[in-house]
Amino acid sequence: MQSDEMVEEKKVTIKIKGIRDGLLISLGEGEWPVVQEELLQQIMERSAFFQGARVALDVGNHILHAADMGILRDKLSDSGVSLWALLSNSPTTERTSQMLGLATRISTPKPERVIRARSTSLSGDNAMLVKRTLRSGFKVSSAGHVVVIGDVNPGAEVSAGGNVVVWGRLRGSVHAGVDGDKTAVICALEMSPKQLRIDEVIGALPLKPEEHVLPEIALIQGGQIVFQEWKQKERGR
Amino acid sequence: MTATIVTITSGKGGVGKTTTTANVAIALAELGEKVVCIDGDIGLRNLDIVMGLENRIVYDLVDVIEGRCRLRQAMIRDKRMSELYLIPAAQTRDKSSVSPSDMVRLCDQLRDEFDWVLIDSSAGIERGFRNALAPADIVLVVTNPEVSAVRDADRIIGLVEAEEKGPAKLVINRLNPELVKRGDMLTAEDVVELLAVELVGIVPEDQSVVVSTNRGQPVVMEAKTKAGQAFRNVALRLQGQEVPFLDLDERKDIFQKLSNMLRSGGD
Repeated sequence: MQSDEMVEEKKVTIKIKGIRDGLLISLGEGEWPVVQEELLQQIMERSAFFQGARVALDVGNHILHAADMGILRDKLSDSGVSLWALLSNSPTTERTSQMLGLATRISTPKPERVIRARSTSLSGDNAMLVKRTLRSGFKVSSAGHVVVIGDVNPGAEVSAGGNVVVWGRLRGSVHAGVDGDKTAVICALEMSPKQLRIDEVIGALPLKPEEHVLPEIALIQGGQIVFQEWKQKERGR
Repeated sequence: MTATIVTITSGKGGVGKTTTTANVAIALAELGEKVVCIDGDIGLRNLDIVMGLENRIVYDLVDVIEGRCRLRQAMIRDKRMSELYLIPAAQTRDKSSVSPSDMVRLCDQLRDEFDWVLIDSSAGIERGFRNALAPADIVLVVTNPEVSAVRDADRIIGLVEAEEKGPAKLVINRLNPELVKRGDMLTAEDVVELLAVELVGIVPEDQSVVVSTNRGQPVVMEAKTKAGQAFRNVALRLQGQEVPFLDLDERKDIFQKLSNMLRSGGD
């Protein structure tokens, strides 16, 4: 019995999902201190991912008082996470949130169908723009996407949580999807990198003729990095 | 008179910084300019040897900075040219004896008296390089047409840009037209395409450079050599003159193409 409880305690479910206004974290049932500890633990383990994140927290049925909520907000902000909204099923908790100046509603993203019917504008993601040539020894890293307008020379490194776009010659090293995003892609006007990595997969550039200067996209297919000429993809994406 | 301070650097060692410094200095002096060279490679000095002034050293750069002598006393006048001076490096000290701000102060003292101050930087990207870079108005990056030297040159050019001393100017040293023709060496075009900075000199590989360096008689003093002519052209380009690149072999079209490319390049 005792051991069963221990197992139960470890199984606090925390769901994290990207929304338009940052991250939505939904907390499962359980003793509040345990749930809070688990949440902070997860944030600490993936601190690079959470650094600077705007977070909306869905606490479900938990009832939180001002003191609990204040502590939570302080601890989150210590980890570089800013709490802007707190969603709850409990009116008490909602009132407390409002007292602390937190939002209690988020505009839930509507199904894609509806967006298309109403408007042609797409939200897109934020990316880091580097408008210069990266010379040997220079490094750019970001938890999001990276766009370089310029060349990435041999000896330069780009690392991104998301996708990498090089509007120029890619001759250095690029690592996309560093936090485990296997769907990340790398595009370049001239693809001749020293090394490419997407998630944990390391790509070897196939030998090709010198004058091969078509824009290319690199992505994971069948567990390997494959290179495709952008031409083929024109209508695909 | 306000001197232009030119720092000659490369990142990689052995590509010809010191040779370039000595030759360009003499070429500028021959053009009637007042020139002083500073050997920034403290602890590993050799600009004095290349210039043939080794036996005349009494005081050095560190003596000046630490106040053991006046600046004048450390300036060795070249025996061949009256308007060329050398401030040698200290051999028994290391790079930490001098700080970047010492170099800035020293160069400010020299500015009023000279047209050009050439600083021969040490290899690497550490203190010696930082010292040499601090006072620079123009940075000349010397490289060889080899992948490793070009990689280091790229790093240096990036660091120069980061210090807002850029854009650097490029000298390609020791180009072997035979190897280029056979496709076994990077062409000047390849190098310029990667580094994307202004090219101010292509110096061909020339055995007479080795001979003259050992003798302390820089090659630029020998009128007939191609390397000497190439260094003279670097001096002219530093003065702001438009000089076509030397025709290093019969494949003239390449160099014409290159100089056309540079002229129309605009960056």
